[in-house]
Amino acid sequence: MSSGSAPARSPGEPARSGADVRLSVEQVSYAYSANPSQAPLFTLEATSFQAKPGEIVAILGPNASGKSTLLQLIAGVLAPLSGRILLDGFVTHSLTPKTRAQRIAVVQQESRLLFPARAWEFVLQGRHAHRRALRFESEDDIIIAKNALAQVGAADLSDRWMDQISGGEKQRVILARALAQQPLLLLLDEPTLHLDIAAQVDLLHSLRRLAAENRYTVVVVTHELNLAAEYADQVVLMQRGRCLRVGSPATIYQRELLEQVFQTPLTVELGSSGRPHVTALSER
Amino acid sequence: MRPLTLRRLFLQCLVLVLILFVVVVIAIKFGAVPVSLYALGRDVLRVLFGKSSQISSDYGLIVWNIRWPRILLGIIVGASLSVAGTSFQALLRNPLADPYVLGVSSGAALGAIFALIAEPYLALSPALSALLTPMGAFLGAAATIAAVYFLGRREGQIDSTTLLLGGVITASFLSAIIMFLMTTVTSGNTRGMAFWLMGNLSTSFQKSVYWFLGIGFFLAAGAIYTTATDLNLLLAGEKEAMHLGVDVPRVRLVVYIAASLLTGLAVSVSGAVGYVGLIVPHIMRLILGSDHRTLLPTAALGGAIAVVFADTVARTVVAPSELAVGAVTAIVGAPLFIYLLRKGAS
Repeated sequence: MSSGSAPARSPGEPARSGADVRLSVEQVSYAYSANPSQAPLFTLEATSFQAKPGEIVAILGPNASGKSTLLQLIAGVLAPLSGRILLDGFVTHSLTPKTRAQRIAVVQQESRLLFPARAWEFVLQGRHAHRRALRFESEDDIIIAKNALAQVGAADLSDRWMDQISGGEKQRVILARALAQQPLLLLLDEPTLHLDIAAQVDLLHSLRRLAAENRYTVVVVTHELNLAAEYADQVVLMQRGRCLRVGSPATIYQRELLEQVFQTPLTVELGSSGRPHVTALSER
Repeated sequence: MRPLTLRRLFLQCLVLVLILFVVVVIAIKFGAVPVSLYALGRDVLRVLFGKSSQISSDYGLIVWNIRWPRILLGIIVGASLSVAGTSFQALLRNPLADPYVLGVSSGAALGAIFALIAEPYLALSPALSALLTPMGAFLGAAATIAAVYFLGRREGQIDSTTLLLGGVITASFLSAIIMFLMTTVTSGNTRGMAFWLMGNLSTSFQKSVYWFLGIGFFLAAGAIYTTATDLNLLLAGEKEAMHLGVDVPRVRLVVYIAASLLTGLAVSVSGAVGYVGLIVPHIMRLILGSDHRTLLPTAALGGAIAVVFADTVARTVVAPSELAVGAVTAIVGAPLFIYLLRKGAS
């Protein structure tokens, strides 16, 4: 392996000034064990990166590389073993659940419903952290929810039942709920998992636009190397609980590195947009 | 987009209050001795105008001393069980959860019986010993729901089928212990096996007991109502609720204690009346949706309506003898449970 656990930064990248850094992941590590007396089943070695408002960070890596764990740590749901994660200077894990939800929105792989709900009801759930207990939805909440649906191009889905819309439509409504939280930081865990290619491109395109418009910092865990290359400003490359590299797609997408991480032969070319493009080769 | 407003919630509750009123009038009218509506209306007016002394003594006795306390008990028991059922459904993320099906009612009954058996041996003041039975029922309910919760877990997740099976087995086990105790302990005031296993509203209590039940209900149901929007989100899963700003451990604790308290209160005065907490929230959800801000108060009113009505049926169908109210609710509730179980499985 070419680099240690300390993340390498490409030389060409501009130095980040402290002032406009929104998310700062500082030497964060984590260990998970089912039983405290046993050796941990899974560890995340010290990981660091920073992100500014409007930036998209993609966390890439094979299965069980620690991508989702890192996302849960950033979300503040898990407490790091060492290091800290700051969002606008506040430690995410120390925020109250309510304050955290006002600043961080999380879109998970799937969202199961026990009882049927309409899309607008679902999106209004995003306003929960902004309401006082026992208060009913205000005019503002409704306007914000409508805007959120419109921003993801799902205004026409408002009155549909959540269990009667397609996977792509559902994902857009889930994203709208996250937008209704009006967060500073938007976290997505494999949002493209069950989507067809058109819906995948559509979703990431929306994310790019939203990050620019609303000045969100977006962190997305994904398997889609090419979508990440196309839309991410920074890539965090993970393997077996280690953060191998942090940098722009151009610096991370090197054939030897990706072949070693993903354990398969592949080619990397520069696409027409100036972004790298990966093709996996069959071994024969 | 039609979010819930206070006005709409109020109207929904008003409609149910009117239905409850009609059911209460029916419950007063029908029985071994029929009461005419005219006489009833006249007597109500007399009570309202402070002329209770003009009420004829026969009606007065039947209506105000026998039927009315029983109706009041039905209202409190129905509302408590229904709110407890709604809460358990949200807490366990299982639409089939119900205090009776999960064995929580049996646990409460056992707790109450232990309290009744222990009472003569403890030198308590009358006020404290009146609290002993509901307290025992509460502890029994809380212990049972904790046990069923752990029985229902598989690989760290609550498994719906395992949970229900665990509940049914727990209920049958606890019922066996109740039978054992009822057969071996021949204390005068333990009320009998049928009372605890099937539920019964025929016991009359001192006035203070009704106050105690009413205040207990409003405190516990009020505590649950403060978490109404949290429960809406909890239905989508604990992790997701956490991401949306719900303090999951706090909500779980509040609802767990309050729902156990409601079950304990209901069971300590009526035994194990089944399926109310299952059927009523389901019907309310079908009609009004699954928002707990609506569901909790309407389920409370619906539960009151259901139990008062079921008890009227129980009193009248085989008059002059009477059925246990739990038998009526089980005859309606058990087939519905099977239907919901099969519908959920398909």
